[in-house]
Amino acid sequence: MNQALINARRRRILRAGTAVAASPFLFNIARAQGAPIKIGFPVPLTGAFSAEAQDQVRAAEIAIKDFNDAGGFGGRKAELLVRDDKLNPGEAATRTLELIEKDKVNFIVGSLSAATQLSINAVSRDRKIIFNSISQSDAINEAKDWSLYTFHEALNPHLTAGAVARYAFPKFGKKIVYLTADYAYGHEMVRGFQRAGQPLGAVTLADIRHPLGVADYSAFLPRIQSLKPDVLVLCNFGRDLVNSAKQVTDFGLKANTKVIAPVLLYTARQAGGADAFDGILGGTSYYWGMEDKIPAAKAFNDKFRKANGGAVPSDYGALGYAGIRSVLQAVLNAKSTDSVPVSIALRQLKYNWYKGEQFYRKCDHQSVQSVVIVESKSKAMKDKYDVFNVLAIENANEANLRSCDELGHKVTTT
Amino acid sequence: MEGITPSLLMLQLMTGIALGAVYALLALGLSLIFGMLTVVNFAHGAFFMVGAFLGVYFLGLTGNFWFSLLLTPIAVGAIGLVTERFLVRPLYGRGIDYPLLLTFGLSYVMVEAMRVAFGIEGVPTSTPAQLRGAVDLGFGFFPLYRLFLIGATAVVVLGLWLFIEKTRYGLIIRAGSRDPEIVRVLGIDISRVWLMVFGIGTAIAGLSGVLAAPTRAVNPEMGISVLAESFVVTVVGGMGSLPGAVVAGLLVGVVFSMTSLFAPDLAELSIFVLMAVVLLIRPQGFFGKAGLMG
Repeated sequence: MNQALINARRRRILRAGTAVAASPFLFNIARAQGAPIKIGFPVPLTGAFSAEAQDQVRAAEIAIKDFNDAGGFGGRKAELLVRDDKLNPGEAATRTLELIEKDKVNFIVGSLSAATQLSINAVSRDRKIIFNSISQSDAINEAKDWSLYTFHEALNPHLTAGAVARYAFPKFGKKIVYLTADYAYGHEMVRGFQRAGQPLGAVTLADIRHPLGVADYSAFLPRIQSLKPDVLVLCNFGRDLVNSAKQVTDFGLKANTKVIAPVLLYTARQAGGADAFDGILGGTSYYWGMEDKIPAAKAFNDKFRKANGGAVPSDYGALGYAGIRSVLQAVLNAKSTDSVPVSIALRQLKYNWYKGEQFYRKCDHQSVQSVVIVESKSKAMKDKYDVFNVLAIENANEANLRSCDELGHKVTTT
Repeated sequence: MEGITPSLLMLQLMTGIALGAVYALLALGLSLIFGMLTVVNFAHGAFFMVGAFLGVYFLGLTGNFWFSLLLTPIAVGAIGLVTERFLVRPLYGRGIDYPLLLTFGLSYVMVEAMRVAFGIEGVPTSTPAQLRGAVDLGFGFFPLYRLFLIGATAVVVLGLWLFIEKTRYGLIIRAGSRDPEIVRVLGIDISRVWLMVFGIGTAIAGLSGVLAAPTRAVNPEMGISVLAESFVVTVVGGMGSLPGAVVAGLLVGVVFSMTSLFAPDLAELSIFVLMAVVLLIRPQGFFGKAGLMG
């Protein structure tokens, strides 16, 4: 046999093989029987928010288990691919790219900072992969970052700060001082408060900006003391919040001033201790203690407790659960894992996974949801999980969000 | 700027001194070790952090703040002794960057060890019950615990001064730092002196950790920023100078505090500006000897 003949035969075999592989019939069978639905989950497992991120993973696993126990999607099981984004936008983009290109994930859910969230969104949006963000941010709602594939499960600073302001300013007074971490999150929070405060007659006495990661805030406190505000708003997050809350307590500022943390997290309260946070009021997306009033919360808490030795889910953890459940429910509704039908199904979804009725607003895919107003307590705690009193729940209301026009969205169709 | 009253300035000054007290203590340990051993201890912040964690741990164990104040420096000092004996000692005579790199690596090990032992979130702390509340200083209310912090620093500084200036051991330490060869010729085992100095330096770092713990969040990374600030203090005060460490510590605290009042967003920067200015005008620092690093 000469070389030309061998080559010709090889080409024939190759052609036949390609034809078999490309047959839609065979391809679909392979997918339906085996291929799992892969959800990439980039979160900061290391770094300042690692406690929150690990809770997000724990809660997300529960959503995956729920889905698989119920039979999955026509036999296809869901699979969570957790990646550490190290709280670094570059790292987050790289991990997301790998998840999409190498691991061939169907969806991305995750992120825990305004900056990593935007970088993940940039990567997934360009590749037409749905990204459901579970981190607070105002920017992701705005038209320039938005796409048909961008969803936002978490609260945004505008909504959280607004709810806290509407609750607290009429009750505690109108003279406000802000102690603000000097970056996007802090600025967005102050803006949210000032906007909600304006119609209520709130006056800003001072907005004191501090760099990120200050260990000792005492140097900012004498001035705040001398301004004699009714309300002091700590517009910072994580360890910054723990440190400033502690030192505000030491300086006796709580005697005449109500201290507010716009986002009062379960994890921050646990790390800071009861004394430092005593009496501090704030907003959060979720607190497990809502289970007295909300059956969905009870059901979710019970599942989480069972899987985690009795521990309760944190607020950010719960977002991991909701973020995954929404996407998987949309897969069932759309009867597809393709981005466009799933996106349309998400837009039409009305859900109550853990905290009451929610839906994604059509123009920006922001999850319209309730805000919980909690106050930290140091007395009469039943166990180590019992750290907040639920003061009020501001119900889901689209009117509390910035309007679609303001965010720059022109299209508001179904 | 409106609303700046003399009493506000006084309060701001006190706040700065309390801040400076922690800086001074940290720089004291750093300077002590550098002055005697010419070891730049990059693990100093980590010793501070371990002190804070152990302080909280001992407090939980004994329920008594004073016990933990006593036990913690002893425990951290013991870690320091082991570090000097088995890790730093083999590197003497090899140039200044060997122990520097070693302690730098050690600090990572210590941070990781605390993460393993106490978790990544850190541990909650609160002000000891006896020292809670604020006292009226005539120009405003100031937290009692921070007054205690200033007092405790004064006691440590005084104690260390008496030890070094007035005791036989102190004499040996001073002689050893001037000329180790002669001390050795006189029949004194200089390596034991160095061991003790390293132990004392790290014990003071541990003590500043337990003292600072009630005022801030205790987490494995708390020593990192503190280390940078203590180096600023030692450079401003003069590498190896104990009075320099104290004076510069207080000065850095006050500069930070006053900048916070007038330009809060420049506060972090202000101490580095101070260092730059001092280095330009007096490169060896306030009380430093020129050419010590050479």
